Amino acid sequence: MRHEIRFSGYGGQGIILSAVILGRAAALYDNKYAVQTQVYGPEARGGASMGQVVIDDEPILYPEVARPDIYVIMSQQGFEKYGARAGEDAVMLIDADLVRSRPGCRCYEIPATSEAKGALGREIVANIVMIGALVTATGVVSREAIERAVLDSVPKGTEELNLKALKRGFELGERA
Amino acid sequence: MSRTEFMQGNAACAEGALAAGCRFFGGYPITPSTEIAETMARRLPKAGGVFISMEDEIASIAAVIGAAWTGARAMTATSGPGFSLMMENIGYAAMTETPCVIVNIQRGGPSTGQPTRAAQGDMLQCRFGSHGDYSTIAITPNSVQEMFDLTVKAFDLADRFRVPTFLMSDEIVGHMRERVTIPDAVDIQRPRPLAEGSLPFAAGEDKIPGFAPFGSGRAVHVTGLTHDERGYPDTTDPEAHDKLVRRLVAKVESARRDIADYEIVNPGAETVFVTYGPPSRTVEQVMRDHPDDSIGHLRLRIVWPFPEFALKEFPNAKVFLMPELNMGQVVREVQRHVDQPVVSIPKIGGELHTPAELVRVLEAHR
Repeated sequence: MRHEIRFSGYGGQGIILSAVILGRAAALYDNKYAVQTQVYGPEARGGASMGQVVIDDEPILYPEVARPDIYVIMSQQGFEKYGARAGEDAVMLIDADLVRSRPGCRCYEIPATSEAKGALGREIVANIVMIGALVTATGVVSREAIERAVLDSVPKGTEELNLKALKRGFELGERA
Repeated sequence: MSRTEFMQGNAACAEGALAAGCRFFGGYPITPSTEIAETMARRLPKAGGVFISMEDEIASIAAVIGAAWTGARAMTATSGPGFSLMMENIGYAAMTETPCVIVNIQRGGPSTGQPTRAAQGDMLQCRFGSHGDYSTIAITPNSVQEMFDLTVKAFDLADRFRVPTFLMSDEIVGHMRERVTIPDAVDIQRPRPLAEGSLPFAAGEDKIPGFAPFGSGRAVHVTGLTHDERGYPDTTDPEAHDKLVRRLVAKVESARRDIADYEIVNPGAETVFVTYGPPSRTVEQVMRDHPDDSIGHLRLRIVWPFPEFALKEFPNAKVFLMPELNMGQVVREVQRHVDQPVVSIPKIGGELHTPAELVRVLEAHR
């Protein structure tokens, strides 16, 4: 089945990296097909950033995202620019600390940034918390695959912190 | 053995170049091709190669030509504005029969246009952009895997035919990430060496002279002026010019069947899409979503030299439909080779044709 996942937030949160990690998990560790694309504009740090992934059991022909069925939104501006028009049958995970609006579709509120800042001690892993929540809330890739993709993608010395963030995300996603 | 990666098209292009034995990159970074230069800058020195960040694209292609004449596999990567600057020296590479690879990750033009958006607007420029008559090879990948595979192929074709060879990709394929399988080693075919006793620009039946790069022990004079088989200028004799330039064109054009690389789906079809690069993926999606033997697809992996005989592989064709990310460029080539109507489906602005857009055109022309 084809899934189209869209990530949006502000530049610097690791939005594009989140999309790359998810694509990597599907394509390398879950034996699926994945295409990752991004808005590659002159976005400055702090502006709205957007990355997308198509995941399918079959080879992916048309590579672009036409109508996302899963959204991960981590800023108010990101919601307005890339999330506000979500279809009714979509699922949206939002960072409840940073997004004021709520969509018309099913919505999971994940306090990723406050968890990252508080329990985990580093705000920078908020995107990894969101990825964890995404995986347990939607099952779009397996836990094992996302763990391996995260470990491939984070700087040496931060593996433990990132795995902790991912597991916290798994819990928040299960509860949502 | 091989390894599997989840990688960007531009990175896969650089990996393909390294696997093919490219050991020189001269370039000037430009969006959306920059990741190729970045990867080569990181990797080439460790592979015993040379990376030079040149002062501009004119110098970049000049350095690539010089490196190629030392016998190295050499490349550059650029996009629209840089490609335009390279045009004069691309003609020099064609005239001097210098094997080299030029990657163009096409973006919206003219001028600086849309640096971060995809286009296929340089397809005629890569064929005709330098002055005078010549012929080259242009390759059009549609996936990250093909960015690897066809970059390797570009080096082989450049060496075999001694022509500047273009990898004409675009921002969509250059920046998308997909799974790619990278073999530990690839087969490489270097140019045929210049035979003992042969003149450096004398060619046999295949019209391709043997190659004696600088340092190979042979004295070779290389000039962009019209030259004789020794390589010495002969700029006023009409016959000398006629003989040389006709050979430069014929060595590529007479090998069209050999160079051709295309895919055919449903050869019995009446309505036939002709594509190259990423619009082919929209067509493939439409054909998967609407299985129908009356719809065919000719997908070109090599656009130049143009394989006009491939169009004849659809004997029942009533109409050809050609989506391109430009205002209709290669469609002119299709039109001049077939009697049936050929419908251009141009799209500019940076986005790929959607399946729905092509379905609408399909319905209007059946």
